[in-house]
Amino acid sequence: MTDLIQALVSGLGQGSIYALIALGFVIIYKSTLVVSFAQPALMITGSLFMIELNGRTVQLGGLGEVTFEFWSALAVAITATALISMAIERLAIRPMIGQPVFVVAIITIGIDIALRVIHSRILGVNLRYVGDPWGLQTFEVGGVLVNHRDVARIVATMLIFALLTAFFRWSRFGLGMRAAAFDQETALAQGINVGRVFAVSWGIAGALAAVAGMFVDGSSGITPQTWIVALKALPAIIIGGLDSVGGAVLGGLLVGVIEALFAEYQAQYLPWLGSNFAPVSPYVLLLLVLMVRPYGLFGTPEVERV
Amino acid sequence: MSTTPTRMFLGGSGVSGRPELYTTYEADMALFNTRAKLFSVYALVVLAVAMPFLLTDDLLVLLARAFAFAIGAIGLNLVTGYAGQVSLGHAVFVGLGAFTAAALSGDPDGRTVGYGLPMIVWLPAAALVPAFFGALVAPLASRLRGLYLAIVTLGLVFVFDHIFREWDTVTGGFGVGRPGVVASVFGISLTDNGPSYTGQQKTYWLVLAVLVVVALLGRNIARSAVGRAFQAVRDRDIAAEVIGVELTKHKALAFIISSAFAGLAGAMLYTITRTITPESFSLLMSVQFIAMVLIGGASTISGSIAGAFFLIVVLRIAEELSRFASFIPPPGQQGGLLNEAQISTILYGLLIIGFLLFEPRGLFGVWIRIRNYWKGWPFSY
Repeated sequence: MTDLIQALVSGLGQGSIYALIALGFVIIYKSTLVVSFAQPALMITGSLFMIELNGRTVQLGGLGEVTFEFWSALAVAITATALISMAIERLAIRPMIGQPVFVVAIITIGIDIALRVIHSRILGVNLRYVGDPWGLQTFEVGGVLVNHRDVARIVATMLIFALLTAFFRWSRFGLGMRAAAFDQETALAQGINVGRVFAVSWGIAGALAAVAGMFVDGSSGITPQTWIVALKALPAIIIGGLDSVGGAVLGGLLVGVIEALFAEYQAQYLPWLGSNFAPVSPYVLLLLVLMVRPYGLFGTPEVERV
Repeated sequence: MSTTPTRMFLGGSGVSGRPELYTTYEADMALFNTRAKLFSVYALVVLAVAMPFLLTDDLLVLLARAFAFAIGAIGLNLVTGYAGQVSLGHAVFVGLGAFTAAALSGDPDGRTVGYGLPMIVWLPAAALVPAFFGALVAPLASRLRGLYLAIVTLGLVFVFDHIFREWDTVTGGFGVGRPGVVASVFGISLTDNGPSYTGQQKTYWLVLAVLVVVALLGRNIARSAVGRAFQAVRDRDIAAEVIGVELTKHKALAFIISSAFAGLAGAMLYTITRTITPESFSLLMSVQFIAMVLIGGASTISGSIAGAFFLIVVLRIAEELSRFASFIPPPGQQGGLLNEAQISTILYGLLIIGFLLFEPRGLFGVWIRIRNYWKGWPFSY
């Protein structure tokens, strides 16, 4: 029983990372109807800023010097990744407005590949650490060992989700973004700056990716292969439905839990699936869900009018 | 003028002096609808056949690889370029074809499964087994559209990557792999050096022959009723359904044909490369095929070949450059700005972005521009 609860908690923790990435996917999808395959690269961008800045003293020319500790490094990482994300949107995505979405999606794959090469060059061959304050510490609740990092991940994700929901529901600009997602031309006619909506949605996605990039370390380090973790947000958004913000979070958590359960029990009960099946289980889940519900659990079915 | 067998080989519009004046539908849709096309294709094929006498063996291997990739790119172009069904799972079918061919042709006494069957068995099987799996994926394709399909096919890559890694009696297992395809005709090996021709030369001719057949098949599919139905589905599936195109059937057909071609590409690739490692069939390989299709020009058969050729050759040139450019360290050494593998990977990315932003029709579009310039010369229109 404690095994099960422990697996569930760590699954939720890992799922929070997927949820953060998935939120970025969904926000970009809702405003531009594009699935941005550049999210994995943006996540690693966030990790790299943390690795390079955390605990380092930077000379600011005549302004003296700044020593970054965890929180200030995180703030810089989030801002910088958001800016990079917005720059990508402005340079490579904005000129493609009106082109088929598939073409734009492929462009984001190209961006992802190019960025990742730069990342692996900066990262080098050694394992590098983000240096988060929770590290490997644990506490015990009724015999269940809980990692501090899982609690931090879950709490941060819930907080971010609540903030985003509030932003989309009550802020003027958030309402504008929802209007633009609903119908771009009408939104434009109502005086909403749709170009800025695109920029902000890419910015938010970049910021979320940076947070995920900080969490993805989990004291096991960042390698050039870490980006694959971010791809598991794709099953999450498909299961949740491409255009559902709540579905993204639920899908992400679900994917994390399923993966943790497979990691815990598959060798025991389903050994014929082969070793190391857990990382693949989200994709199998994805295929199964889509066989039954082609638009995910919470997605809106596309209605075509002729 | 009626269609006669000679027309098929002579090409042209059938009206002398007016290359683009078509008086029949047959002439317009013919395999070689202009005489220039006919002659240039014949000349290219003759040149390609003569290549083993002109180039050294390591360049032949490079060309053969480009041809093998072109076979797969034609397949992907049929499903993505013509039928508009985005597939990121092409590598899966390439892998299925490669392992089918390798297992059927392999040494029966080897470490991995092998049946020692002749080429007449494994070559069709390398197309049929992936086609069967393509048919299994097709129901998903007919239920899903656009990016949902892209993500599902991406999921397939990960699922099959796992299967390839784990099923080590056939695939040899992760990091180890198994021997490649054993190709021979009438007891003459096509991969080992013989008395008159080297193994590389014979392999090159085999791949070239398969490419010519696949390209002809692809072109014929594209210009016939099935190809037009594919394009109707791509342009507006509801409208296609209204005018009587069976959506489910044609989406399934597109996947089956493209998977079969992918399987052949896999069999050819691993006739050239003598070891198959299960982790080769990753997302990167799918993206390579997509890059070839897009850089060559979506929905053109000649574009797929040009794209495969361009990418393989450009990456080789990047490799050669590393000997002269100081910021690229020689293989196996640290430091420098970017190493060889990184240069070729980043070139993939940048070429995809560049072509899509500035020349969405790909190399085919570049060719059209050059052609129109000379057609209109000395006028600019």
